Amino acid sequence: MKQHRFDPRRNYAETQAAIGYVPRKDATQQDYDRIGFMSGLEVHQQLDTSEKLFCRCPAGIYQKPEEFDAELIRHMRPTLSELGEYDGTALMEFKTRKEIVYRISNRTACTYDVDDTPPFPLNQEALDIALAISLLSNLKIVGEVHITRKQYLDGSIPTGFQRTAIIGVEGEIQLKKKKVRLIQLSLEEDSCREVSDIGHQRIYRTDRLGMPLIETVTYPDFKNPDEVKEGADYIRFLNRSTGKVRTGIGSTRADVNVSCRGGTRVEIKGVAHNRWMPELTHNESFRQYALLHIRELLKERIRDPKAWKGVAKEIRGSDLPVTIPVIAEMAGRGYPLFLINLPEFHGILSHFLQPEKTFADELTNRLKVIACIEKPNMLHSEMFEDVVGEENWKKIRQLLGAGEGDAQVIVWGPEADIPTALETVEERCRMVFEGVPNETRKSFEDGTTIFERVLPGADRMYPDTDSAPIPLADEKLDAMSKGLPVDISDRIAQLLNWNIPEDAFTYLLKNNLVPLIERIEKELGIPAKSTATLLAHKLKEIENQYDKLPGFTYEKIYQLLAFLRSKKIDPALARKMLWVVYQHPKMDLDSVLEAVGYKPISPEEIIGKIPFLVKKFRETRISDDDTDGVNWIMGNLRKSALGNISLKELSERIEQYPQTP
Amino acid sequence: MNDDIFQGYKGRALETLQKFNARVWAKVKVDTTRGVFEGTILPRAENTDDKHIVMKFFTGYNIGVDIDTITGMEELGYKKAVYKIPEKEFPYSKEKPNVKLLGTGGTIASRLDYRTGAVIPAFSPGELYGAVPELADICNLTTEKLFGVFSENMGPEQYKKLAIAIGEEIEKGTDGIIIGHGTDTMHYTSAALTFMVQNSPIPIVIVGSQRSSDRPSSDAALNLMHAATAAGHGDIAETMVCMFGPTSDEYGFLHRGTRVRKMHSSYRSTFRTIGDTPLATVTREGVFPIKQDYKRRRTDRNVTILPYFEEKVGMIYYYTNMQPDMIDSMVDNGYKGIIIIGTGLGHVNKPLYPAIVRAAEKGVAVYMTVQTLWGYVHMFVYDTGRDLMAKGVVPAENMLPEVAYIKLGWALGQTTDLAKVKEMMLTPINDEITSREPYNGYLIYQGGVPEVEEFIRKFHK
Repeated sequence: MKQHRFDPRRNYAETQAAIGYVPRKDATQQDYDRIGFMSGLEVHQQLDTSEKLFCRCPAGIYQKPEEFDAELIRHMRPTLSELGEYDGTALMEFKTRKEIVYRISNRTACTYDVDDTPPFPLNQEALDIALAISLLSNLKIVGEVHITRKQYLDGSIPTGFQRTAIIGVEGEIQLKKKKVRLIQLSLEEDSCREVSDIGHQRIYRTDRLGMPLIETVTYPDFKNPDEVKEGADYIRFLNRSTGKVRTGIGSTRADVNVSCRGGTRVEIKGVAHNRWMPELTHNESFRQYALLHIRELLKERIRDPKAWKGVAKEIRGSDLPVTIPVIAEMAGRGYPLFLINLPEFHGILSHFLQPEKTFADELTNRLKVIACIEKPNMLHSEMFEDVVGEENWKKIRQLLGAGEGDAQVIVWGPEADIPTALETVEERCRMVFEGVPNETRKSFEDGTTIFERVLPGADRMYPDTDSAPIPLADEKLDAMSKGLPVDISDRIAQLLNWNIPEDAFTYLLKNNLVPLIERIEKELGIPAKSTATLLAHKLKEIENQYDKLPGFTYEKIYQLLAFLRSKKIDPALARKMLWVVYQHPKMDLDSVLEAVGYKPISPEEIIGKIPFLVKKFRETRISDDDTDGVNWIMGNLRKSALGNISLKELSERIEQYPQTP
Repeated sequence: MNDDIFQGYKGRALETLQKFNARVWAKVKVDTTRGVFEGTILPRAENTDDKHIVMKFFTGYNIGVDIDTITGMEELGYKKAVYKIPEKEFPYSKEKPNVKLLGTGGTIASRLDYRTGAVIPAFSPGELYGAVPELADICNLTTEKLFGVFSENMGPEQYKKLAIAIGEEIEKGTDGIIIGHGTDTMHYTSAALTFMVQNSPIPIVIVGSQRSSDRPSSDAALNLMHAATAAGHGDIAETMVCMFGPTSDEYGFLHRGTRVRKMHSSYRSTFRTIGDTPLATVTREGVFPIKQDYKRRRTDRNVTILPYFEEKVGMIYYYTNMQPDMIDSMVDNGYKGIIIIGTGLGHVNKPLYPAIVRAAEKGVAVYMTVQTLWGYVHMFVYDTGRDLMAKGVVPAENMLPEVAYIKLGWALGQTTDLAKVKEMMLTPINDEITSREPYNGYLIYQGGVPEVEEFIRKFHK
């Protein structure tokens, strides 16, 4: 045993180095191959239907957390799956004994949403959109759609299950350098939005509940974090190319599955932005790699993992280290305080798992989720900032009869939650001997994740006895195949062909603007590249500065360009007018023209001013450079020229004059 | 018969499976014109078409494959699913009351039935304990399956069997009885048992669920816990219906068996006491009486079992322009009793009068109840009413139509003397007729009114 004082921070750094962690910016394919990076996606996309999937409530109307007409309470119990198994998550959720409160607004939810009425027939509009996207994804379309119940015991759906149905299986998408295989595409109902989750009560609102959603699931074919993002982008573009999916915050969410070699599939839930994916998957693969390292360390120390046991002991009275503020506070609340000795866990609690996160974080987050004890819910012997103090630890180790190689945890909470809390800490430590636990994790913008739930398996599926199967005949599929939008890989080729800068691709594909560019070129004769930059550069710039108003649609761009054409005004003026159109979508275009200060002047009149200005420049010039002259004259004429003569032509005209004698 | 390996498949779908020698529960690779599908063949629900084969995809989802697209099938393996609720021995404790659960069908705990695609009940104490372990904290539970019928198939035969079984249980010393029942006709059974089992020393609690127990949000488990509490610990020794109070998982109501009715086709809180307040609320902590005038639990074992029922009794729901042949046909078919559910205060149109007179002359007992459900029959208010009474129609006060139907069947099962029948009909056994209607016996508040909305927002629905 080392004699110098143990420094958790140093242990964190040393273990980080020991597993060969590299920050993402420095990571290469070799690094990912070394740890066996593997990732797959489950991309959720809301469909743009007017009604929900299984009832006739309006879709896409949202309520504020405090805006509700009634509340009701449910508790979820685990039930058997079709194959006669209880599901792991189900049992864990039951252990947590949560009271689920639903906030209902009459406008957005009905008795179906809260499981007081059986489902109405599946929304046909949603089925058609899902079918079109399945065909675009090269999936094999099922002969008959079977509605299945997928259990969720977290309460996010009042029935306790999500009604979901496979539309197609086994497809593929073509990325830049590789094909990625798809497992399936399902049509399902969206879940509630969480309002809060404190202690034993979780509150949801039911506005988003039941909105139609598709989920595209890929095989774990992504071999590095950037590929994950490329795949997610592709699927998003594909969905949006139909023009029938919802856009905006929360309309596209992905679950990202990650593992490293020897690790386990861990699902990072509800990643709202594709740009977060690289950092998240990078960190998760290394977190798993670190957990495997911990397993190796413990294997050396512990002969018989099955016999390993945490030892818990309640402390009371004079043994209470009440000089520690957090402990004084918890004791003041009347919470029992328990010490747990974790034999041979010295150096494990401060073992690196993610940037600024150690193994102890796994414990505290499980205490919150499983035992429902709000943070702070524990202290431990390897905290970076030790608030307990060496003297107290000595005493604690004595009380527990702990050895040098052990680690200690102090937990507290409402009396009824203590058994679960003790079990949770021990259980999580035990899991290390197995490797990486199956779980879903919640993501943060900094690229780290925390434990959310145990990962559910296939055991939570159950046929929906409330709805009949829906046959999909060949004739319907054939008819539908004829009206499909162009493949995204073809669209990318088209953009390259048009010489459109690559930085514009994401914006154009994300917003499904290529068809609009095509139409403007065809009908108004404006070159694709010019419209593309008007959209991807100018419009994007405006969008970044102002919130979108309800009246603004991309169709306005067409109207604007068509208006300029009809007035025989140069389309370049659109760049200026767009600012006004965007902020005042209801303003008529003549008024917009006025607002930007446009006055019709014939090109001849403008060109006629050049000789005068050349003369003026010569008189007042401070430079002998011809270019300065052109720029100066352009500056004087730009305002009146815009819309009346193309700036390129004007500039050529000016250049015909020698600026300096 | 070899159909078990092709469970539920028929016609062309069956032929397809036979042709390719693929069994239910086999893992198969299916070549189709839409591509290759791999999965496990599942049984098919009986009332679906013969054009598809159902498979479980490896992700757990079910899909159907159109047989017209199939070009080949190959069995890759076989694994039959065994669906079983974990069975654990129900713990016995001397301190806890002994409760007997009599099963009639229904969905307290259930499993999937592939034949119909619906759920079938699980029932043994061991299965129930496996599904609802909290029951062991409430009582010692034993079960007996009397019959397995769906609620809509319950009838006089079942009422009588139940009454006799209850009598035997009371004699054996059971502390309380629970009857598991489908919800649709629960209020018929609760009325029947009120009349057939009189002076019971122990609670008789009828319970069911509005959401089958194969769903995580089912009301079955909580209803069962409430029923066990009412049967084992409650002081109310009557025939009661125990179902959700609000739709929330908060508390149940104990409804008097003669005043309760299913009022919504699917809500959890569908059972309401009509024309009065419920007897009590019930939680896992105990029974909390709302009414004070109830029959109290006793230690003796005295009970009167009257398992009688005349099946030639019917109900007729009056509608405008009803023709007399509706009543004539009942009389001609040998009906001995007719409950008319009349409009308003208990009215029918004049063209029916001759038919009613004819029925009375033939010795058919005719009673009047109201479509409004709430309120009394008042046949003195209008001439029509007085006319009808003169023609032999007996007003059944504020008896609910279904209850009047059950009671008339029960009374006619014991005597054909119409004067005695009338006396039995109009002498309440347990509030099927009440002498007065309390002001809070009729509370149907309408949504949209600000104070109602405020109330709804404040208390869990």
